Amino acid sequence: MRIFQNPNYDFVRWRYHALAFSAILILTGLFTIVQRGGLPLGVDFSGGTVLTVQFNQPVSEDAVRAVVPNAKDASVQRIGPAAENKIMIRLPQAAEAVVDLEKAANDVKTALTAANIGSFEIRSTESIGPVMGADLRKKGIYATLASLGGILVYIWFRFRFSFALGAVVATFHDVIVTLIFLFWFGYDLSLNIVAALLTITGYSVNDTIVIFDRVRENQRTAKKRPLADVVNESVNQTLSRTVITAGMTFLAVIGLYLFGGEVLRGLAFTLLIGIVFGTYSTVFVASAIAIIMSPKVSNEPTASAAKARRA
Amino acid sequence: MYKNLRWKFLIIGAVILIAGWAIIPPSQKIKLGLDLKGGVYLVMQVKTDDALQAETETAVEQIKEALRTASPPIPFTSVRATSLTEFTVEGVPPADAQRLPAVAEPIVGTAFNRDTAADGSPLFKMKPNIAVTRRSEAVNQALLTIDKRVNELGVAEPTVALYGSTGDQIVVSLPGMTDVDHAKRVIRSTARLDIKMVEGEAPDEKTLLAAHGGKTPEDMQVVPGSGNRDGTRSVYLLKKAPIVAGNELASAKITQDEIGAPAVAFSLKPGGVTKFSKATGENVGRQMAIVLDDRVQSAPRIQERISQADVRITGSFTPQEAQDLALVLRSGALPASLSYQQQTEIGPTLGADSVREGIYASLAGLALVTLFMLIYYKMAGINAFVSIVMNLLILLGFMSYLGAVMTLPGVAGLILTIGVGVDSNVLIFERIREELALKKGARQAVAAGFDRVFTTILDTHVASLISAGFLFQFGTGPIRGFATTLFFGLLTNVFTAVFVSRSLFELILSRKPAGSAAQHQHLSI
Repeated sequence: MRIFQNPNYDFVRWRYHALAFSAILILTGLFTIVQRGGLPLGVDFSGGTVLTVQFNQPVSEDAVRAVVPNAKDASVQRIGPAAENKIMIRLPQAAEAVVDLEKAANDVKTALTAANIGSFEIRSTESIGPVMGADLRKKGIYATLASLGGILVYIWFRFRFSFALGAVVATFHDVIVTLIFLFWFGYDLSLNIVAALLTITGYSVNDTIVIFDRVRENQRTAKKRPLADVVNESVNQTLSRTVITAGMTFLAVIGLYLFGGEVLRGLAFTLLIGIVFGTYSTVFVASAIAIIMSPKVSNEPTASAAKARRA
Repeated sequence: MYKNLRWKFLIIGAVILIAGWAIIPPSQKIKLGLDLKGGVYLVMQVKTDDALQAETETAVEQIKEALRTASPPIPFTSVRATSLTEFTVEGVPPADAQRLPAVAEPIVGTAFNRDTAADGSPLFKMKPNIAVTRRSEAVNQALLTIDKRVNELGVAEPTVALYGSTGDQIVVSLPGMTDVDHAKRVIRSTARLDIKMVEGEAPDEKTLLAAHGGKTPEDMQVVPGSGNRDGTRSVYLLKKAPIVAGNELASAKITQDEIGAPAVAFSLKPGGVTKFSKATGENVGRQMAIVLDDRVQSAPRIQERISQADVRITGSFTPQEAQDLALVLRSGALPASLSYQQQTEIGPTLGADSVREGIYASLAGLALVTLFMLIYYKMAGINAFVSIVMNLLILLGFMSYLGAVMTLPGVAGLILTIGVGVDSNVLIFERIREELALKKGARQAVAAGFDRVFTTILDTHVASLISAGFLFQFGTGPIRGFATTLFFGLLTNVFTAVFVSRSLFELILSRKPAGSAAQHQHLSI
């Protein structure tokens, strides 16, 4: 069984359209994010308290909201299937510098017990102080940048600079687009989501390297052809692999999204979006940038390509 | 052809056996992280300023004492701390001023530099390297103390470690701990115990200070009591300098007071006993106060010289409180107070649900992928299935062997490992198909497919390992679990996708007569 029989699509011809599409998507996305006051940060990063409470009988969100102290700032939300009666209560960080982390969670427990809306079990509580949140935020950004930097150097070393740039721009593109979709679908930025974003960088680069490897191989046999042609041929040759891998990773992650439970849903969603755009950017963005950034007289093998050949 | 096939399968068999041995039985061998097992995760910051302040205050008291006991005594109006790390000596007459350095130097010379304040009086500044040392000592001592306390809580495999880049944070994780409040109370209790002389006791501060003109005298302090049996609460005026300090404590255990209520008894080290005996001998008839964490626990009257120090702390304790107090006193005082930066509690049921959901999600992912591979690549789909399952097995074996912890994001890492395994197999299969399309024989196609794709697999895996490495480096707790599974998953995948899968192909091909015309059509891919 085959999806593509000797595909020969002219992907490279569409490179400027693709770049324009990505630019429009990113600009619109960033505009909506800025307009609505930035990415919402989960308690991991902003500080605050989250409790997950499971009631032993049906209970309405409003009933819980009515008894939660400082309900004005708190968010009370049902999670999971309705039959499970699980409610997530989020309390933002108190403004004062010195905060009693235990107090917020204990107040909620006391209030829920006092309100007599049914027996319940505290499934989890998480409190994070503001210093910690800022620290984690910094680390998340460092991790992403460091991993992109490491990949840039590796591809530069193994291929050439224009390819490395193409791969890193494509990867950065995927991270930004995924963040935009997370924002549009109302997810808060959490540690799990940052982990998923880093995975996306790995996945997207992975995808790109497969094509670049093929380009390198094809250049060996056909040295005098324009880079654009070789790239297009390579994208076509690896097209079924690109689509099948994306499709199957998507299938595996769908399992995670549907059955992985409340905690991993944000992570799985991030991966799903990242897989779709990682595949798109591999075919359109990475190769486009590699072609545009390559020196026009690229018919002669460059020094680094020659080195890579010997390797 | 394929002479080495037997050896290859021996290696594969051995790897399966070792991995299997490493993870059986899984419930014992695979370590679950806190998010899967339930428990408490705390990040605390040590307020190292406290240690500097204590150092400066001690120096102040010592200088005062030295000035008074010098012969002849050096008069002064006050010695006081002006900041965390500085103190001045004020009001020393010019005639005595030149004797001051000789008196001060032996006492504070190692830790403080002498300078002159704006008004000309001597100013002592803590040496910067001493300040740095004191801060790190405070953190290390806090680490040791918390470690002792946590170990006595009776939780399996607790971890206490330095955390973060600021150097003053400590992370504590207590898997399986259910009584969170109890844990936090024990960990955070400063447990600073001093015995000081009582200069006055009154129901409120105003009455207490009336005899001193409404002001607290220079060498004394006002400390609240912890509450009397009748529900009232006294306020005490105490000498600042302790007769015995907490670091002279030898041991502590739970006991009972004269009416059978829980109490804590402690004994002193020999040096402490000497001081205690001298002080009690000189102050018969007066009250001494047992001060715990800036509260007077009890203020018994000294009946006679006490020369063997078995002191009892009484108060309205529950048995649990008395037991905890004995525990924290045994483990020693914290050199500085702690503030919580992060705390996460996972109930055991959430953990169990997460494990179940994680297993379902992994199996669902594996099933979907296998189904597709079988439809799309026919018999070769079995190769993919075998190599992916082996990859998971070796990965889990690796993690059990190294004692790496499986966390919820780690489960997501497992599922991603499935994805990575699929990707390698697809790359190889597609390449074999291409080679077959060039009318090569099955053996050549398989060999060329694996050979050509190997560099691709190497490059993609190295790039992903770079990501996983940084994730591990910057990540915390659960995220590290994710990075760990991803990292080992990538490593084992090179073995399974390339070595195991190729051996399987060779096994299938070795059963067909070499060079037969229809050979490549029999390769079901």
